[in-house]
Amino acid sequence: MNRMERIDPAVAPVAPDVEEPPAIAVETLCKVFGEHWAVDDVSFDVPRGWTVGLLGGNGAGKTTTIAMIMGLVVPTAGRAVVLGCDMARERHKVLSRMNFESPYVALPARLTVRENLTVFGRLYAVKNLKARIEELTEELDLGEVLDRPTGKLSAGQKTRVSMAKALINTPDVLLLDEPTASLDPDRADWVRACLERYRERHAATILLSSHNMPEVEQLCDFVVMMSYGEVIEMGGPQELIERYECADLDEVFIHLARREAET
Amino acid sequence: MSNSVNRIVAMTARYYYVQRSSWLRLLDLIYWPTMQMVVWGFLYTYLYQSKSDLASTAGVLLGAVLLWDILFRGQLGFTFTFLEDIWSRNVANLMMSPLTSLELAASLMLMSLIRLLIGTIPVTILALVLFGFNIYGLGFGLLAFFVNLVLTGWAIGLIVCGLVIRHGLGAESLAFSVVILLMPLCCVYYPVWVLPTWLQPVAWMLAPTYVFEGMRGVLLDHVFRMDLAVESLMINLVYLAMGFASFLFLLRSARYSGSLLTMGE
Repeated sequence: MNRMERIDPAVAPVAPDVEEPPAIAVETLCKVFGEHWAVDDVSFDVPRGWTVGLLGGNGAGKTTTIAMIMGLVVPTAGRAVVLGCDMARERHKVLSRMNFESPYVALPARLTVRENLTVFGRLYAVKNLKARIEELTEELDLGEVLDRPTGKLSAGQKTRVSMAKALINTPDVLLLDEPTASLDPDRADWVRACLERYRERHAATILLSSHNMPEVEQLCDFVVMMSYGEVIEMGGPQELIERYECADLDEVFIHLARREAET
Repeated sequence: MSNSVNRIVAMTARYYYVQRSSWLRLLDLIYWPTMQMVVWGFLYTYLYQSKSDLASTAGVLLGAVLLWDILFRGQLGFTFTFLEDIWSRNVANLMMSPLTSLELAASLMLMSLIRLLIGTIPVTILALVLFGFNIYGLGFGLLAFFVNLVLTGWAIGLIVCGLVIRHGLGAESLAFSVVILLMPLCCVYYPVWVLPTWLQPVAWMLAPTYVFEGMRGVLLDHVFRMDLAVESLMINLVYLAMGFASFLFLLRSARYSGSLLTMGE
């Protein structure tokens, strides 16, 4: 039996009710590697201008799902549609309006931060590139490291540089895989504030995966929880907390993770 | 179109930034071709002064060394430039950007050409100064040989890069080994008729064979055979089309297998 069918209809995942076509539509997405179902029948929408969190333990299928949304991995079945384009077939139509940041990907270590941002700015055909780099330098506090080789920066500094690269083209859709994983609490809070500002200013759509529940509570309008490649729950952070009568999203996550482990 | 040119320029700039970040990298471009030329240059001098029948082939030997290096370095320059992005785990960033496969290939070709010129021009000048061997004496033939060898190198480079994308860094040793496989078959140091009869048709399927035959024609018979250069070019165009098709196929296959996600690990 499909795990979705086992969810009590009273608490069944309900996609947010919006009239505008979603920025990201994930439709019955499946990915099989050999005999392993990394993602199994996953569906959810990310409405324009929303921040949606993709949650789950290690190996839940979050990164593979995001990779399929980016078009880096072709689904075995189903499809990921971003800004109206099927990412397996017409990704080049929308790539200039998207960007991403992931701990699994790095920027060339020998290039300085400025060189890296210049290269990616040109790849994305950013107008007034110098001004954009200055803007990001100020916003992400990169002034001191701008002319240093990226490989010689601390983990936290690299994360901020990757964030700058992700924002270089002022994307309409931003995909973030654990964006604050290597940051200290102060810097993490600071980056979250940057993301919130960015979304407000540009009405951007953000899909992020995270293990940090307070972060998700702070940033996300909607949450999709995954386990063993399947969606096990969806809803607003507060809605989920109330539904499971928990103190916070952390408790909801632990409750669901244990329930899934038992079943 | 202008965006496309901008992206190619951006990628070339990216590779240029890496190259200039270390003088050792620059030295590496010149070091191996120079060492090779010096060793063969002394052999050339020995044969030239020996007054034996081999004296007439001394120039052919050194010419072959220099031309072989164009093929070898052209392919290495293409492949290693791409490997820089694999090693730095930057491939996903590029694949997620608006950069197309054709633009990526074009930038790799451009950078391979730049690396090749940096590596070979000083060596050819050194060959002239140290050993009195003037490869520019090949005249127009040199340009035809150069273009054909570089095209072969790019075609091989495209396939090797595709294999690395699909199978990961385990395939990177192919960057050195694939082109060596061609060496005995494309008759770098000896004429095609030396090969067993059954192997000769195989040799004539390889574009570099025409180049090395052509070089021997210029140096020994003082005749530049345009027919060989044109045939080599035709075969190279087929190679390039096949190389690019293989690259696209392997890239697509990597998207299915998910290997782009773990690239560089």
